[in-house]
Amino acid sequence: MIHSTAAEMATKLAAGEISSVELTQQHLDRISVVDGQVHAFLYVDTEGALSQAAAVDAKRVAGEKLSPLAGVPLALKDVLTQKGIPTTCGSKILEGWRPPYDSTIVSKLKSAGIVILGKTNMDEFAMGSSTENSAYGPSHNPWDLTRIPGGSGGGSAASLAAFEAPLAMGTDTGGSIRQPAAVTGTVGVKPTYGGVSRYGLVAFSSSLDQAGPCARTVLDAALLHEAIAGYDPRDSTSINAPVPAVVAAAKKLDVKGMKIGIVKELSGDGYQAGVRSRFDEAIEELVNAGAEIVEVSCPNFEYALAAYYLIAPSEASSNLARFDSMRYGIRVGDDGVRGAEEVMKMTREVGFGKEVKRRIILGTYALSSGYYDAYYGSAQKVRTLITQDFAAAFSKADVLVSPTCPTTAFKIGEKSDDPLAMYLNDIATIPVNMAGIGGMSLPVGLAPEDGLPVGFQIMSPAMKDDLMYQVGGTLEAALLRKWGSPILSNAPALGAN
Amino acid sequence: MALNYDQAIAAYDPTLGLEVHVELNTNSKMFCGCATEFGAEPNTQTCPVCLGLPGSLPAVNGKAIESSILIGLALNCSIAPFSRFARKNYFYPDMPKNFQTSQFDEPICVNGYLDVEIETDEGTKVFRIDIERVHMEEDTGKSLHVGGSTGRIHGAEYSLLDYNRAGIPLVEIVTKIIPNTGKYAPLVARAYVTELRDILRSLGVSDVKMEQGSLRCDANVSLAPAGSGQLGTRSETKNVNSLRSVERAVSGEIERQANRLQNGERIVQETRHFLEESGQTRPGRSKEQAEDYRYFPEPDLVPVAPDAAWIEELRATLPEKPSIRRKRLKIEWAVPDKEMASMVNAELLDTVEETVLLGSDPTKARSWWLGEISRLANEKEVAPTSLITPIQVAEVIALIASGELTDKLARQVVEGVINGEGTPQQVIDARGLKVVSDDSALMVAIEAAIASQPETAERIRGGNIPAAGALIGAVMKATGGQADAAKVRELLLKHLGQG
Amino acid sequence: MSAISRDEVAHLSRLARIEMTDSELDHLASELDLILGAVARVQEVAGADVPPTSHPLPLQNVFRPDVVTPSLTAAESLSGAPASAEQRFKVPQILGDAE
Repeated sequence: MIHSTAAEMATKLAAGEISSVELTQQHLDRISVVDGQVHAFLYVDTEGALSQAAAVDAKRVAGEKLSPLAGVPLALKDVLTQKGIPTTCGSKILEGWRPPYDSTIVSKLKSAGIVILGKTNMDEFAMGSSTENSAYGPSHNPWDLTRIPGGSGGGSAASLAAFEAPLAMGTDTGGSIRQPAAVTGTVGVKPTYGGVSRYGLVAFSSSLDQAGPCARTVLDAALLHEAIAGYDPRDSTSINAPVPAVVAAAKKLDVKGMKIGIVKELSGDGYQAGVRSRFDEAIEELVNAGAEIVEVSCPNFEYALAAYYLIAPSEASSNLARFDSMRYGIRVGDDGVRGAEEVMKMTREVGFGKEVKRRIILGTYALSSGYYDAYYGSAQKVRTLITQDFAAAFSKADVLVSPTCPTTAFKIGEKSDDPLAMYLNDIATIPVNMAGIGGMSLPVGLAPEDGLPVGFQIMSPAMKDDLMYQVGGTLEAALLRKWGSPILSNAPALGAN
Repeated sequence: MALNYDQAIAAYDPTLGLEVHVELNTNSKMFCGCATEFGAEPNTQTCPVCLGLPGSLPAVNGKAIESSILIGLALNCSIAPFSRFARKNYFYPDMPKNFQTSQFDEPICVNGYLDVEIETDEGTKVFRIDIERVHMEEDTGKSLHVGGSTGRIHGAEYSLLDYNRAGIPLVEIVTKIIPNTGKYAPLVARAYVTELRDILRSLGVSDVKMEQGSLRCDANVSLAPAGSGQLGTRSETKNVNSLRSVERAVSGEIERQANRLQNGERIVQETRHFLEESGQTRPGRSKEQAEDYRYFPEPDLVPVAPDAAWIEELRATLPEKPSIRRKRLKIEWAVPDKEMASMVNAELLDTVEETVLLGSDPTKARSWWLGEISRLANEKEVAPTSLITPIQVAEVIALIASGELTDKLARQVVEGVINGEGTPQQVIDARGLKVVSDDSALMVAIEAAIASQPETAERIRGGNIPAAGALIGAVMKATGGQADAAKVRELLLKHLGQG
Repeated sequence: MSAISRDEVAHLSRLARIEMTDSELDHLASELDLILGAVARVQEVAGADVPPTSHPLPLQNVFRPDVVTPSLTAAESLSGAPASAEQRFKVPQILGDAE
């Protein structure tokens, strides 16, 4: 039943119609058939997954009260630590590292009985929009294996679109959950900053990073959201307040009287024609469902990309300093003669990929004395302006919407030599991270010109994540009625015929 | 010809700057729950946070914030209504994240001062040391250098790292430049660190053990031609680990720099290491090329913004200033400066005071604690206060005062208490250490002594009073030391017709 | 005029402890030049009257009680170490002084 939703799987598990071991085995089988083509996974924990599944089954037989997703499998982005399981962040520098601790997310997944199938591929240290920056080779988009599945969380999104997992975990610093969701026809949510603990999420840019759920439906994402969210004393930046009721919101299927703001600056020039037309059709569906559409202007969004490419590399240059071969990870050049500093330099040369080095150097520069004010300091001011733009826009609308990305999935290799062109992928997703608010991408159809999925982004004010689930759930239901079947039913079959 | 200290000071004016690092004595580390005990097995007080493992995040120890504010208040600082942690980025293997979580332009306390008294040629003089800032940071791990010829960093074949110390809360107290100390610069430096140590100890925020590194001083010294009013290039002598060394390091640096300047050489801006044996410093890292630490606000932590009510609450708990307290006790107890200093240095002032407050005579309390008890503590290599309590000592002193114990018996009681035989009264009962004051019992012993030494008795009868010593000794021996010697003497002389 | 010279990139690579070949330095200098040209736009709107935002949440005073929690065992702590000896992390000789 790998093509079902996670909610349906949960229902069948609860009814005893299938065991978690059977369900997990089906997914493991699927992985062994298709992952050679998709390369969504860096590590498959066959034994661990089956034993977790068996444990859930045993609890169910014993009549223990289980959480809603107990027994449902999940694919974990390789940037989250899981005790004893290799965690590479897509980097060679961490090859072979098995963390001695669980991230808070993994602890929550385990206590919810969610079965972790393995670790998914990603751009190295979450820097990228295509998974081409993974030291272990790119993942492939199940819609077209010659195309990128987005990034950095391309492995997680691809695993969903290829039916290797019904749920996945992602992390989103500038769009790494939403952009992969958009280009693979899946759903991805970046919760409000601080909504989900970052403890055990290997940091790229601490003030922007946020983990969130990836799924094939809005409701599935909401179920996973509630399983992982909540205050964590280990993360001083986590919000000590109740988690918004996102599952209830996803089930409302009603947007009557809601004001939906279209962000003027996140449309028009630079957006592919098919992206624009599907976006407009989705807006029509929302109007038909009773929402009121308003146009809002966020004039400082045009500076968001520039500010992002200063703030994120700056924080990354510091966060990634710890990868120095002294305590964990690979060590290069230790011949008994060279000093520690030289070994650090050689290890970091070999262990980091091109994009990571580029951003470390850029960030080192932006934080340097003499340049700090002009670059990092100015970028922080832009951050203030973007937050103010959002505040003004949310005074006119309950949620804001835009296309998730300017284009559909591009070809592997197409942009890998042009960092600036690559960075433009994130133009619509970055403002959300800058302000720390919530953002969701859900599929709204295929672009007529290339038959590839188009993503629709919904942005909700901080701590009001339920609003984007409410709008997303309503839009998804309307589109499903229109299409008659889920978008992924149009994706090509994978595996040996 | 080399300048000596006096000649150096005649030719140059020194300027000081002192940075003191204090390890707070919190139960857990600054940003994680690992224990902070000194001397634990290597890498047993470590976790993902203090090892800087990928994915780990810091969480601020509230007690460390409280201690830092207390320190600021005791040093007359303003407590910043808004302060932040920042990352100080540089690579070093003993620092697990390759940045130190510290404070940069927004420290928790600023603009304080500390007055210290110095005995000068013109009598006691107060020097006011202005404090620039008090900020919080974390300690680094410890490295052990193995192999090579010297055992020191240079020539080591590899290094071994223990991160137990990594993440222990540190407070750094930085003075403004200290001008116009003239020849007293070394004494001022020492007096400042001493006073600071006493304040920190009175606050109970740190163990302030320089020899264990829980209080470390870096001394900045620069010289300018006498009377020029200029500021010279400074050197920074690191991690000076005793009060005496602070004084020696400053005077040694003044001499070294004066001699270089005298020879037309320039002073290199650098860190220097104090060498305990010679009192000299050796050069360390040059600071000519300013390090670029790329400070930025620590994004994993939120700002510290203590409200006025909290600050006042903490202010209300401040203990009496050590300098004021010492003056008060000196008068109340009528003790000379030197005795006062020895109590302070032995860290027994609190204990003696407690004993006095239980009714003991100050002189007796001091001599018990600094004498017999300290001697036994030294033998066992433990702190005197770990052996016996002020209540027990006060009880023993009271028993002496009432004549129930002699000094000699009292020492046995104390020894018994220390050996774990119970309270003083229990020891007395168990060992039967009562003073023998029953005259008839003593007379039996006296007569026995006379019988055994008839010639001595004869000499006493003949007026040779000093000869009584031998018989008194015999009586004391016979009574196991439990007799009051004065009483024995009185009875003996009377019996032999000399009373 | 280029915003960043090859020598500057070499200096940055030293600060960041990344060994780089001459051709890498050249390549990166030209790339950074382009990127910096693009991101320097932030200065256009960063007026003196705009306060900086270093963090998206307006939280402050988040403290942990001073309570000891279990540490890892030494074996767990050392489990990822490329080399260890005497229950310590074994690293190449450390040259130069600490802070």
